[in-house]
Amino acid sequence: MQFPILSVLIFLPLITGIVLLFMPAERKTLIKSISLGTASLILLLSAIVFFSYNVAAGGYQFIEKAAWVPALGISYYVGVDGIAAPMVLLAGLVMFTGVLVSWGVDDRPREFFAFMMFLGSSVLGVFGALDLFMLFFFFELAVFPKYLMIVLWGSPKTRNYSGMKLTLYLFVGSMISLVGALAIYFGSGLRTFDMIALESAGFSLVFQRLWFPFVFLGFGILSGIFPFYSWAPDGHVAAPTAISMLLAGVEMKVGAFAALRVAFMLLPDGARYWSTAILVLATINVVYGAFIALIQTDFKYVIGFSSVSHMGLVLIGFATMNRQGLIGAGLQMFSHGVMTALFFSVVGMVYDRAHTREIAQLGGLFRKMPVAAFGFIVGGLVSMGMPGFSGFIAEFPIFMGVWQAAPVVAVIAILGVIITAAYILLVVRRVFFGELPEGLSNIGDVTIKDKISTVLLAAIMIAVGIFPSLMAPMISSGVDHILALFGGA
Amino acid sequence: MSAQFDPSMYLAILPEIGLIVLAAITLVLDLVWQDRRCRYLGWITAGGLAVIAGLAVAFARPGPDPLLIFGGMLRLDDTGFVFRLIFLFGATITALFAVDNEGLCNKGEFYTLLLVSTLGMSLMASSADLIMLFLAIETTSIPLYVLAGFIIRDQNSVEAGIKYLLFGAMTSAISLYGFSLLYGFCGTTQIYAMGEIFANGQISPVLIGMSILLVVVGFAFKISGVPFHFWAPDVYQGAPTPVAGYLSTASKAAGFAVLMRVLLAVFPGQTDVWILLVAIMATASMFLGNLLALAQKNIKRMLAYSSIAQAGYILIGVASGTELGISGSVYYLLGYLFTNLVAFGVVNVIEDAVESSEIKAFSGLSRRNPMLALLMLAALLSLGGIPPFAGFFGKLLVFGSAIESGQVWLAIVGIINSMIALYYYLTVLRVIYQGEGGAPYWVSPSWQVALVIGLVGILVLGVVFAPFFGWSQQAAQSLSLFN
Repeated sequence: MQFPILSVLIFLPLITGIVLLFMPAERKTLIKSISLGTASLILLLSAIVFFSYNVAAGGYQFIEKAAWVPALGISYYVGVDGIAAPMVLLAGLVMFTGVLVSWGVDDRPREFFAFMMFLGSSVLGVFGALDLFMLFFFFELAVFPKYLMIVLWGSPKTRNYSGMKLTLYLFVGSMISLVGALAIYFGSGLRTFDMIALESAGFSLVFQRLWFPFVFLGFGILSGIFPFYSWAPDGHVAAPTAISMLLAGVEMKVGAFAALRVAFMLLPDGARYWSTAILVLATINVVYGAFIALIQTDFKYVIGFSSVSHMGLVLIGFATMNRQGLIGAGLQMFSHGVMTALFFSVVGMVYDRAHTREIAQLGGLFRKMPVAAFGFIVGGLVSMGMPGFSGFIAEFPIFMGVWQAAPVVAVIAILGVIITAAYILLVVRRVFFGELPEGLSNIGDVTIKDKISTVLLAAIMIAVGIFPSLMAPMISSGVDHILALFGGA
Repeated sequence: MSAQFDPSMYLAILPEIGLIVLAAITLVLDLVWQDRRCRYLGWITAGGLAVIAGLAVAFARPGPDPLLIFGGMLRLDDTGFVFRLIFLFGATITALFAVDNEGLCNKGEFYTLLLVSTLGMSLMASSADLIMLFLAIETTSIPLYVLAGFIIRDQNSVEAGIKYLLFGAMTSAISLYGFSLLYGFCGTTQIYAMGEIFANGQISPVLIGMSILLVVVGFAFKISGVPFHFWAPDVYQGAPTPVAGYLSTASKAAGFAVLMRVLLAVFPGQTDVWILLVAIMATASMFLGNLLALAQKNIKRMLAYSSIAQAGYILIGVASGTELGISGSVYYLLGYLFTNLVAFGVVNVIEDAVESSEIKAFSGLSRRNPMLALLMLAALLSLGGIPPFAGFFGKLLVFGSAIESGQVWLAIVGIINSMIALYYYLTVLRVIYQGEGGAPYWVSPSWQVALVIGLVGILVLGVVFAPFFGWSQQAAQSLSLFN
């Protein structure tokens, strides 16, 4: 029997979280060390999943299956394909760096790290799930860690409002999807939640067109689709740094990933019918999100809205329903996840030292925290889609795909990319260059743990940008299967 | 068939016999012992109930086919079996909560009344005859009226008792009127014989609809379904907290057991009538309960309104009228038992310490007693239907059954309500986790035992579904002839 690597990945953080909750609250360093140890192990295991995934063979790998509720066709069923494996790596990366940058948490670190571990377990469970019930089970596991972490450790002014808004939006989204998923379950007549079996259930055209919007919209809310995006910037800005990283970096991908896996892959004809509508909404995401980001005066809000804009590109990639678009979307999910985690971590580092996020009150920070500034600039280049960085190899195929599917959309969406360049350059110039305001003259550099986190995330984006072959063939192998479900389109 | 002596018949009611014996023991010990030692009565009651639950599992298990016993008065089936366990667990935990409760612990009669009412519930769940059913309902209710008004020096408690009595008496009278109509139509009091007579189609549908309506009133009172919910907030707030927990779980479950049995057994041919009725009641209960819960400042009132809403979710399963729906309702009730008992248990602890059940009083609980905060977290999220807690699977089943039976609108109503409900559950959670700390509250050993049992129940039902879903399914199958 092979080593159950995915189960270990899913349950390790869960068990660590439970163990942490039973530890004495005053052993803060021990609690942090255990969390870091677990997070390192998660990173290692997720890297093993990523690098030992057999691209040539393709399909679902590392499969484990056990009966859960046989009477209803529910099983514990995990496995990853070429799309999910990079997502697992992303989750591992963000968990690890999230723990690193949260070293300074001093208020109830036991609960903080325990809840963070639960969140990690939740996202890994969704990425690994091949059973529809299990997917929802793990997705909703994240409800209370998300809420409590925002309202307990978030920024005091807006945390109560934003935490509740984010939680309710995401809960409603998942419940809407759940209705669709249950309809799929009953409509298939197979009495199973096994997604691989449901892929070939052969739903009628009418059924698919009716239920696709439910499933897609629910998960679409989680990925921040227009007009249901406002929870994202509010929630991400109010959250503590590590949670902003996890929410924007990983949770939004959970939404997109689940939309692909459940809505597109199980109801492909429904997806084709609704793809134009999705293209329109996602294009609004890209352009509108970028415009709003441009006029923000709060450093963190800029990043919050940039996520909305970039997630639009992922959804555009899905909606093209062709090879280039899907490969690009897969790459963009990973690239944006790493990038936005890096952005939020740097924003957190700046805020911790300057105690303000107003762009107008910041400046010249390159001299004070060069590594963080370097990381932010790399992230900015990724965000703008510069060649040589992961953003380019993600966005280029998306635009190729959308040019084939709907040239008009390509032209409009390019506008979003241009505005992105504008706001990124503006923020970089105002925050990291220029005059250092007087109040900030005696702030210190970031810690060594912050530097490790920043360099790691930046290095990954450069590595993927220079060597696309690290990731693109794997995603392509996952896309092969999806295209087969789409009927070889 | 009642003439001959059949020992297996007595095995079937062994748990009930045990309850009577235990009730007698508590009564005698209360007389013999001095006040100081009566504290042990709670432990004896809880231990005795646990033994009875063991007996029920070991000896009183029904066979594969339902069996009418004692001249058709009782029906030995899986429904009775599962619900009996629900009541026994509920009573055990309630007895443990009472042990160190200031107003209850020294009063032996508290435990006697609790046991008698548990006996009544147990008979309610297996009654197969209208006369037996009515006697069982009264055996349940009368001790509960006394329990709700148990603390005679507290006006709120007395008011709760009187209010509960008045509402209960009125609704049970209406129900009894419905029973008499049924007897008039059918010429029999046997529930399972009535179904066949109604199926012949001799009786006007209008009359049948009327009698359904009348009969349901009494049950709707027990489950606190709208519009027979008015008693719930005042009674929960005024009654001693352990009693409120017991009312909201075991008593509600008993109401559901009877509701499901009567609707499925007596009116199998009139499903369209009662499904609409139940669906409307479900919708009204969910909206009213959740919307009014939003405005509450007192946690017991909030939990009362939330329990009205929870009754609405459970009614969704009944309204589907399918095997999945009924199993879902039973599973939901199982999970709800542990969930709400834990919630009321934590309230009991706080109330004991600060003599307040305002939501404000929970501020900073996570800094005082992190474990109590986690317990409340588990209970509130389970009520909200979040995994890995029991409420998630129950909700999934009832929403699923609504979709399966083509009532997607009911599932959507349920989802809208889940969102409203999550808002106030999370708000309480926020109060618990924000706010300044202080000295930890005292949690007595009996409360610790009870809370741990409750938490284990919530988690086991929230993760290991299969065996309990199997029970719920058997209970649903034995209620009716879905096939």
